[in-house]
Amino acid sequence: MSHAIRLEQLQKTYANGTEALKGIDLQVREGDFFALLGPNGAGKSTAIGILSSLVRKTSGRVEVFGHDLDRAPQEVKRRIGLVPQDFNFNQWEPVEEIVINQAGYYGIPRRIAYDKTRKVLKELDLWGKRRAQARSLSGGMKRRLMIARALVHEPPLMILDEPTAGVDIEIRRSMWAFMEEINRAGTTIVLTTHYLEEAENLCRSIAIIDDGMIVENSSMQALLHRLHRQAFLLTLRAPIQSLPEGAPVSLCIRDEYTLEAVLEQEQTLNSLFDWLNRQGMEVLSMRNKQNRLEQFFLDRVKKKVEAA
Amino acid sequence: MSRRYWVAYSTIVIKEVLRFMRIWGQTILPAAITTGLYFLIFGTLIGERIGEMGGYSYQSFIVPGLILMAVITNSYANTVSSFFQAKYQRHIEELIISPVPNWIILLGYVSGGVARGLVVGAVVTGITLFFSDVGVVHPWLTLLVVVLTSILFALAGFINAVFANSFDDITMIPTFVLTPLTYLGGVFYSISMLPEFWQKLSLANPVLYMINAFRYGILGVSDIRPETALLLILAFILVLAAASLWLLNRGVGIKS
Repeated sequence: MSHAIRLEQLQKTYANGTEALKGIDLQVREGDFFALLGPNGAGKSTAIGILSSLVRKTSGRVEVFGHDLDRAPQEVKRRIGLVPQDFNFNQWEPVEEIVINQAGYYGIPRRIAYDKTRKVLKELDLWGKRRAQARSLSGGMKRRLMIARALVHEPPLMILDEPTAGVDIEIRRSMWAFMEEINRAGTTIVLTTHYLEEAENLCRSIAIIDDGMIVENSSMQALLHRLHRQAFLLTLRAPIQSLPEGAPVSLCIRDEYTLEAVLEQEQTLNSLFDWLNRQGMEVLSMRNKQNRLEQFFLDRVKKKVEAA
Repeated sequence: MSRRYWVAYSTIVIKEVLRFMRIWGQTILPAAITTGLYFLIFGTLIGERIGEMGGYSYQSFIVPGLILMAVITNSYANTVSSFFQAKYQRHIEELIISPVPNWIILLGYVSGGVARGLVVGAVVTGITLFFSDVGVVHPWLTLLVVVLTSILFALAGFINAVFANSFDDITMIPTFVLTPLTYLGGVFYSISMLPEFWQKLSLANPVLYMINAFRYGILGVSDIRPETALLLILAFILVLAAASLWLLNRGVGIKS
């Protein structure tokens, strides 16, 4: 199996003594849509910084599509497109120039760079703003500009560090659709996000990093399957004052129209609905109380804090 | 240089040139106004009372110094402000993550500095033609000195930007080091006018060598042997280029 990214015993200690990465091992398969999650200060940005050559590693090995970062840094850089967390373009430059220049840094001649720039700006709905200074763009447009800039040299690996932070739901959805499209076209994507719903919906694999260590690394399906309990909120047609005895799962009344059901791993929704039917209670709608990944994430990170 | 590197290099240079041309009111115009004032005050009003210097009218004598002073200041200012802004706004990251070798990044920024130095130098030369009719005695030497001096100060500006952490840091060196060295480097006088002690002390000022070599190129007169000046400029360029590249390779000021 070929890997887009392979990290071995990657370690980073900053000059002030902070140990941001404590020797992590991580593999990302070619073509994967990979979520790298973790609380603030866990080491995600440091790992991404090392991958994209913005941060110097203290020790360990980094390989991108089989190219070693120490031995062939240019080969590694050529294969990565980075969308960083913060806006890092020249705010005074026109949108078009920012993207054309980035193509130039990757050795793409200006005439071809112009065509590629037009293509990505149109795809990201920024063509109409091509002559505008970057500082005049809205937050969502600035995010899309960073994606356009990262895509212009057509990298096989895209690293997106919280690309949808601070953008409205409509733009977020269009960005999700765009990311899915480029992933379907073969681009490996590594995504960090604080919107766990985003990671759950888009990503096929996941790693959770906490305190400089990988605390979870598996496929999204396998991880969600391991959830020990799930909580659901059920909206009832008729109001309810008290619960009958003998519910097959843990149930409680949230308000007169809402029930909260907590299912352990071995319990099924069928048994709950059979019981509700028998009680003559009609359910109008049902939703997860908490996003499933969020629940797992909080459990996993909390467990570590408790162990410490 | 491979085609890929050439494209990257030319991209940096085009970006740099567009940057200073876009803000010509801040980058080119001030030098033109300042030089015009120098000529008006020192050349025309005061110069007539000074008489000849080095066999030339005072107005003609100060032409090379004023041109080179503008070149020095602007070559330095371009790299220091452009590279520091790239650090400050973090768009230097665009270059760090891309497969551009550090020597190309350095060459690109220095070329941008040289481009601004030469553009401003040309504008200032145009203004001097309103006030004097100086010819060029050694055109190739003149061109060589102006380009090398511009490279030297573009490199110095780059190093300043690498270490700078605030906008104050990029104005300190030009104000407290560059301006005194330039003013005391023989722009407005020949060191032969000075007492012996000050003459000897002036020889420790590297700018003196550049201005005199440039004056030799234009007027054919100099306080310093032009060969000595050229060797000194080249030595400084080598040292500063090596230092700049070392700093870039170490990621000083740009990588954590």
